[in-house]
Amino acid sequence: MPAPHAAVDVRNLRKTFRVPRQHMMTLKERALHPFRRAEFDELRVLRGISFQVREGEFFGIVGRNGSGKSTLLKCLAGIYRADEGEIRIAGRLAPFIELGVGFNPDLTAHDNVVINGVMMGLSPAQARGRFDEVIAFAELEDFLDLKLKNYSSGMQVRLAFSLMVHSDAEMLLIDEVLAVGDASFQQKCLDVFYRLREEGRTIVLVTHDTGMIERFCHRVLLLEDGLVEMSGDAHEVGRRYLELNFERRAEVPGAQSEGGDAADVADVWIEDAEGKRVPAVAHGEPFSVCALLDVRERIDRPDVHFAFNTDEVLNVFGATSRAVAANDDEPFLPGERIVVRMTSENALGDGRYFVDCSLHGAERGMIAFRGRACEFVVFGGTTGSGLVSLPHTMRVEREMERVT
Amino acid sequence: MSATEATFPLSPEAREIRGPSAFGGGLRRFLYLTWMIGLTEYRLTYFGSALGYLWSLMRPLMLFGVLYVVFSQVLKFGEDVRNYPVLLLLNIVLFSFFADAATRSVTAVVENEQIVRKMHFPRIVIPLSCVLTATFTMLVNLVAVFVFLVAYGVDPRWTWLLLPLILIPLILLTAGAAMILSSLYVRFRDVSPIWAVLSTALFYATPVLYPIDKVPEDFQRVALANPIADLLQQVRRWVVDPSTQGAFDVIGGLPWLLIPTGVFLGICILGFVVFERQAPQIAEQL
Ligand SMILES: Nc1ncnc2c1ncn2[C@@H]1O[C@H](COP(=O)(O)OP(=O)(O)OP(=O)(O)O)[C@@H](O)[C@H]1O
Ligand SMILES: [Mg+2]
Repeated sequence: MPAPHAAVDVRNLRKTFRVPRQHMMTLKERALHPFRRAEFDELRVLRGISFQVREGEFFGIVGRNGSGKSTLLKCLAGIYRADEGEIRIAGRLAPFIELGVGFNPDLTAHDNVVINGVMMGLSPAQARGRFDEVIAFAELEDFLDLKLKNYSSGMQVRLAFSLMVHSDAEMLLIDEVLAVGDASFQQKCLDVFYRLREEGRTIVLVTHDTGMIERFCHRVLLLEDGLVEMSGDAHEVGRRYLELNFERRAEVPGAQSEGGDAADVADVWIEDAEGKRVPAVAHGEPFSVCALLDVRERIDRPDVHFAFNTDEVLNVFGATSRAVAANDDEPFLPGERIVVRMTSENALGDGRYFVDCSLHGAERGMIAFRGRACEFVVFGGTTGSGLVSLPHTMRVEREMERVT
Repeated sequence: MSATEATFPLSPEAREIRGPSAFGGGLRRFLYLTWMIGLTEYRLTYFGSALGYLWSLMRPLMLFGVLYVVFSQVLKFGEDVRNYPVLLLLNIVLFSFFADAATRSVTAVVENEQIVRKMHFPRIVIPLSCVLTATFTMLVNLVAVFVFLVAYGVDPRWTWLLLPLILIPLILLTAGAAMILSSLYVRFRDVSPIWAVLSTALFYATPVLYPIDKVPEDFQRVALANPIADLLQQVRRWVVDPSTQGAFDVIGGLPWLLIPTGVFLGICILGFVVFERQAPQIAEQL
C-alpha cells in the first residue's frame, strides 16, 4: 500500500550530548573560576543513523531504554539540532511528539483547541472554524466550559487525539502515546491509529509494545546503543527486539536449585524450530524446552518434569517424560549427560513464563530440582486473552423465532 | 538486512530539518503564536479573578500611592516640579512595564519546559509573548493615566499623539532585555536573583521618582546614558510638562545623544544575537 516515495530520509545522523562534569550552573561559579575549563562528558546518543520512511507508512521505532529513540524523534521534529548528518522530510509535519503538549490546564477546551491549532500552524480563524468538529470527535460537547484541569486524563487525551486527527499534518511523530488512559480508551486510540493508517498519513511511532508494532507497523526500526540494529519487517524486528531485551537476563532472578548426590539439572533453555536458543517464542510456532542433566548415579525409570509458571499462576502447564518419551525405561547411567527436549506448537498466550525442571527416579522420589530455571516470553498471540490462546473460530447466529 | 532494502526517491518538495532556532517554524506561525500566547497570558493573569481589570491597575496605583505620600507629603520633594503626581504615575507605569516584562521572561523558558522539550516552534515566541502580555497591561494602565492627567487639570495637547514614539523604542528595548535574560537563565540559574537586585537598582537609578533636573549637573549625562531615562524625560515634555526641556537638550545635543542610542541598539542587537545563538540548544540544556 505505501507509495514508492520517501517521506523521511535520514542519513548518517549523529547526536552527542555534552553533559558538564562539574556543575557550572551559575554565573557566580563562572566568576569565581574564570579560567577553569568546563569539562564535559560526551554522551554519544545517536552514532550514525540512516533510514527512510515511505509516504503513507506506519513506521515503528523500538529499542531498549536509553537507546536514543526519543532523541531521534526530537531530531526529526526539529526540537534538537543534529550534530551531523542530514534529515529531509516531505510534507507537513506535526510539531509535537507527545499528545496534549501545550495544553494549558487553566483554560477551557475552546481556548486550548484554538491555541493548539495555532501551534500546529493554523491561523486563529481556521482553528476556531474547526472547533466544533474537534469537540464532536472527542465527544466532549457537555464539557465545553470546564477548565482543562478538571478534565479526567482520558478526556484530555481524547481532546488531544481529536486535535491530532483534525490537524493538517501529513506526518505525525509520536513518542509512546498510550501511556495514559484506561483500557477502553486505549482501544479507542487503536481505532484512531487504524483510521490514520487507512487515511494514508505517515506515522512514526516510538513504542515498547511489540503487540502494537505487529498490529500496525508496516516496517520497524530497532535502535541499540545509538545504532540501527535492524530494520524491516515488523514481525522479525519485534522478535529481535525481545531477544535483545532478555539477552542480558540469562541469570533468572529467584532461580533455586536442589541437586542431589545422584544428579543435577545443569541447564534449562528454550529453542526455536531450528534448534537455536531463544528468549522469546511467537505464539503458534513450534518450540522446545530443553534440559541438560548431569548424572552421577544410576537412575532407574527416570522421569523428567517441566512445569510452566507465570508470576501469578503456578503450573500453567506440566509435562512429564515418562508419559510421552519412547525410550522411557532406559536407566540413566553414571557419567552420562542427558538432554531432554519437550517440543510443542506454542499455545500459550502473550506473557512471561518461567520453567521449573525436576528429575524423579523409581522408588527415589525427586532427585534433582531447578525452579525458575529459565524464563521466556510469548508474543504475537493476536486475539483472545488468558493464559492459553487456543486455536479457535467463532460464529454469531440468530436463533430462529420459535413457532408456538 | 537494512542494506538490502530498496531506497526510494524523496519527493521534490522535501525540506531539510535543521533543528530549532529563534524564528524557525514560519513567520506567520510566529506572529500568530506570540499574539495568542501573549493575549491568553494577559487574560489569565487578570481576568481569572473577579476584579479583573482593577487588579491590573492596582499594582502601579499602590506603588504610586506609597511613593507619592513618601516623596511628596513627607519629604516635600515634588513641590517645585510641575504636575509631579501625574509625572510620577506615568513614570511608574512605563518603568513597571519594563521591569515586569523582563522579570516575567527570566523564568519563562523554564516554566514552559514541557512545550520547549516536546514541540518545535519559533523559540523567540517565549520572551516576546511575555513582552506582549506586559504591553497589554501597560496600554490599559495608560488609559487610567490619561484620565488622571485630565482630572488633574493638565490641558490636552497635540504632542500627546507622539506617545507611540516613546512606547515603540521602550518595547523594543524591553524585548532586547527579555531575550538576553530568558536565554541566560537556562544556563545560569542565578540570573534570577541577580536580575531582582539589578532591576531594583535600575528603578532608583532611572529618573522615575525624580525628574532629571534634580540630578546634579555633572551626573545628568551619566543618568541619561540609560535609554529609559531619555524616554521618560521626553515623555515628560510631550505629555506632562511642555515647559521642560526634551532629552535632546538636557543631554547636550547630538553627539551626547549617541550614547543612549548606542546602548539602546546594543541591547536590542545583543539580545537578538544571544537568543539566536542559544535557541538551538535551549531544549537540551533544560
Ligand atoms: N537533553 C539531554 N541531555 C543529556 N543527555 C540526554 C538528553 N536527552 C537524552 N539524553 C541521554 O540520551 C540517552 C538516550 O535518551 P532517549 O530519551 O533518547 O532514550 P529512549 O530510547 O527514548 O529511552 P526510553 O525508552 O526510556 O524512552 C540517555 O542516556 C539519556 O540520558
Ligand atoms: Mg523515550
